[in-house]
Amino acid sequence: MGYSVITYVENIGGKVNPASLELLSKARELASARGGKVYSVLVTALENSQELKELAAFGADVLLVYKVSESQLSNYLLHAEALTRAIRRVEPAVVLVSATPWGRSVAPRVAARLGLGLTADCLDVYMDEAGDIVQVRPAFTGNLIAHIKTVTSPVMATIRPGVFPRPQPNSSRSLEAVVVEELPVQSSGLEVLGPSKEKAVSLSDASVIVAVGRGLRKREDVSLFRELARVLGGEYAVSKPLVDTGWFEKERQVGFSGNIVKPKVYFAFGISGAPQHIAGMKDSECVVAVNTDPSAPIARYSDIFVVGDMYEVAQEILEKLKAFKS
Amino acid sequence: MSGPDLVVLVKPTPDITKVKFDVETGRVDRGSAELEINPFDLYALELAVRLRESLGGRVIALAMAPPHAEKALRDAIARGADRAILLSDPKFAGADTLATSYTLALAVREIGNFRLILCGEKSVDGDTGQVGPEVAEHLGIPHAAFVQSVVDFDDKSITVEADFGKSYYLVRLKYPALLSISRPLALKGERLEPRIPRLSDLMRARKASVEVWQASDIPGIDLSKVGWAGSPTRVVKASYALEKGKTPMVFKSVEDGLNAILELLKSKNLL
Repeated sequence: MGYSVITYVENIGGKVNPASLELLSKARELASARGGKVYSVLVTALENSQELKELAAFGADVLLVYKVSESQLSNYLLHAEALTRAIRRVEPAVVLVSATPWGRSVAPRVAARLGLGLTADCLDVYMDEAGDIVQVRPAFTGNLIAHIKTVTSPVMATIRPGVFPRPQPNSSRSLEAVVVEELPVQSSGLEVLGPSKEKAVSLSDASVIVAVGRGLRKREDVSLFRELARVLGGEYAVSKPLVDTGWFEKERQVGFSGNIVKPKVYFAFGISGAPQHIAGMKDSECVVAVNTDPSAPIARYSDIFVVGDMYEVAQEILEKLKAFKS
Repeated sequence: MSGPDLVVLVKPTPDITKVKFDVETGRVDRGSAELEINPFDLYALELAVRLRESLGGRVIALAMAPPHAEKALRDAIARGADRAILLSDPKFAGADTLATSYTLALAVREIGNFRLILCGEKSVDGDTGQVGPEVAEHLGIPHAAFVQSVVDFDDKSITVEADFGKSYYLVRLKYPALLSISRPLALKGERLEPRIPRLSDLMRARKASVEVWQASDIPGIDLSKVGWAGSPTRVVKASYALEKGKTPMVFKSVEDGLNAILELLKSKNLL
C-alpha cells in the first residue's frame, strides 16, 4: 500500500470544519517524502460535489466517502466506525485527526478498537533521520513538551487546530478516485438529538483578546473591557475564577480547562498568571499585562507589563484609541 | 437502594505546580509527589454521588496508580464513594492511554453490573482526554465526551449536553454508558461543585478500607497489553515548555505604558 496518510474530515451536521483542511498540508508533506498518497475520510449524508472539489484543491488524492442517513450524521460512533474501516482498507502509515472536541471523541475509539497508540493534541509531527514519525505535544498543563514515537502502525495523532497552515488551494487539482461506501445502520445506544445552543464566541479565531481576571470587581465592570475589545476588533475573555463564580460562560474562558488561544495581541488585565491560565495563552504573538503587583507570574510571559490599576489603564487606552480613530 | 453501580474513574495526579520532571527521560517523578484526585475527576465524583440519590447503586471509585495513591482514594470515600479500588502493580507502570484504558476496562468488567462510568474530561498531567472514550470502546458501550450538563435521566437512559466545538449538542445514551465530564458542570440546571468533606466524612474515610488489586486479581488480563509493554506510545525526548520566560518591558507609569501599547498596536496594524 506504500506510505499513505489518512486525514479525517470533521463534518458535524453537514459542515466541514476548516481545521480539517489544515491537516492536509502536513499529510501532503509526510506522504510526499515517501511517495505516498493522501486519503481523506468523509462521513456524509449526501455527496456534495463542492466538498469533493474543495478537498481535492486542498491536497487530498483519494476521498473515502462513508454515507449515512441524514439523521445519523451527527453520531460520532458512526464516524469512528468509518475511520476504522478506512484504516483497515488503506493500511496507511499515518492517521491525522483534528484535536477538536469532536476529534478527541472519535479518535480514541478508533485507536482502542484497532489497538493503536494515539498521541493527543499535537503541535507538530515530523519525520526524523531514521524515517520514524515523531509527534510533539504539550503535557503537564503545558509545562512540558514531549516528543513521542509510536510503535504500532499506523501512527495516529490528533492535531491542535491552528498549528498547521491551511494549504493554498489549487482548483486545478482533481481527485484520483472517490470511493463511496454505505455505512450500515447500527444500534449504538447513542442518539445525538441535535444542537442545543451555539457558542456565542470563538476565541480561537480572534486576533485580539482582552482578558480580565480576578481584578474585576463586579460583573458589570466587564463593559469597559468589552468596549476595548470591540474597538480593537477583538473579543473579551476571562480567566477561570470568573467562570467559577458563575459570572461568565466557559466559552469566554482562556486556559487549560477553557480555550487555548494565540491571538496577535493578548491583553491580561488583573490576571496573575496561574499555570492553568498560562497554558491557554502563552503562544500569543504579543502579551500585554496590566497588574498592580509587579511580581505577578504573568510577567514572565509578557512583552509589555504595566504596573497599575487595570481600570485606569483600560480607560486610558480606550480614550487614546477613540481619539486616534476619530 | 440497590441497582447497577456508578463507577468513577479517578486519576491520582501530582500537583502540577510542585511536581518534578526528569527531562532526560521524559518521565515524571511520581514516586516523590503527593497525589491528589485530578480536579476534573472531582466533578465526575460529585455527579455520581448526586445521581446515586435517584438511581441507586453504589458509587465505586476506581484508580490505577502507585500504592501511595491510597490517600487519594480515601479522599474519594470522604467525598461520597461507597467503595474504592486501587489497581496497583509494578506490571501496570509506564502505561499510556491504550494500556491504561485496557486495564481500567477489565477492572470495570470485574466489578460487574454497572450503569454508568464517569470520569473527568482529561487529567492535569497527561492532558489527553483519551482514556474515557477508550475505556468505552474496550467495553463496547457508548460515551459522551466534554459533557457540561446532565439535562435529564431515568432508569433507562441519560440525556446530556456535550461540547461539539462550535455548538453544544444534546446526546441521549442508553445504559450502560460512559460520560467524561467538563467543568463547570450542571445537573438539571443546578450548578455542581465538588463537595468539601466534613470532619465526619474524613473520620469515616480514615477507617474505610481501600481495596488494592494487582494484575493477578483481574481475571482474563493479558499482561502483554498492560503497563509499559502494552503501551505503543513512547516519549523519546522532553523539554520544559516554559523554561525560557520572556523579559517584559516594565512600565511603572501608566503614561509610558500607554505609549508602548500604542506602538505595539500600530506595529501589528491594529490601529
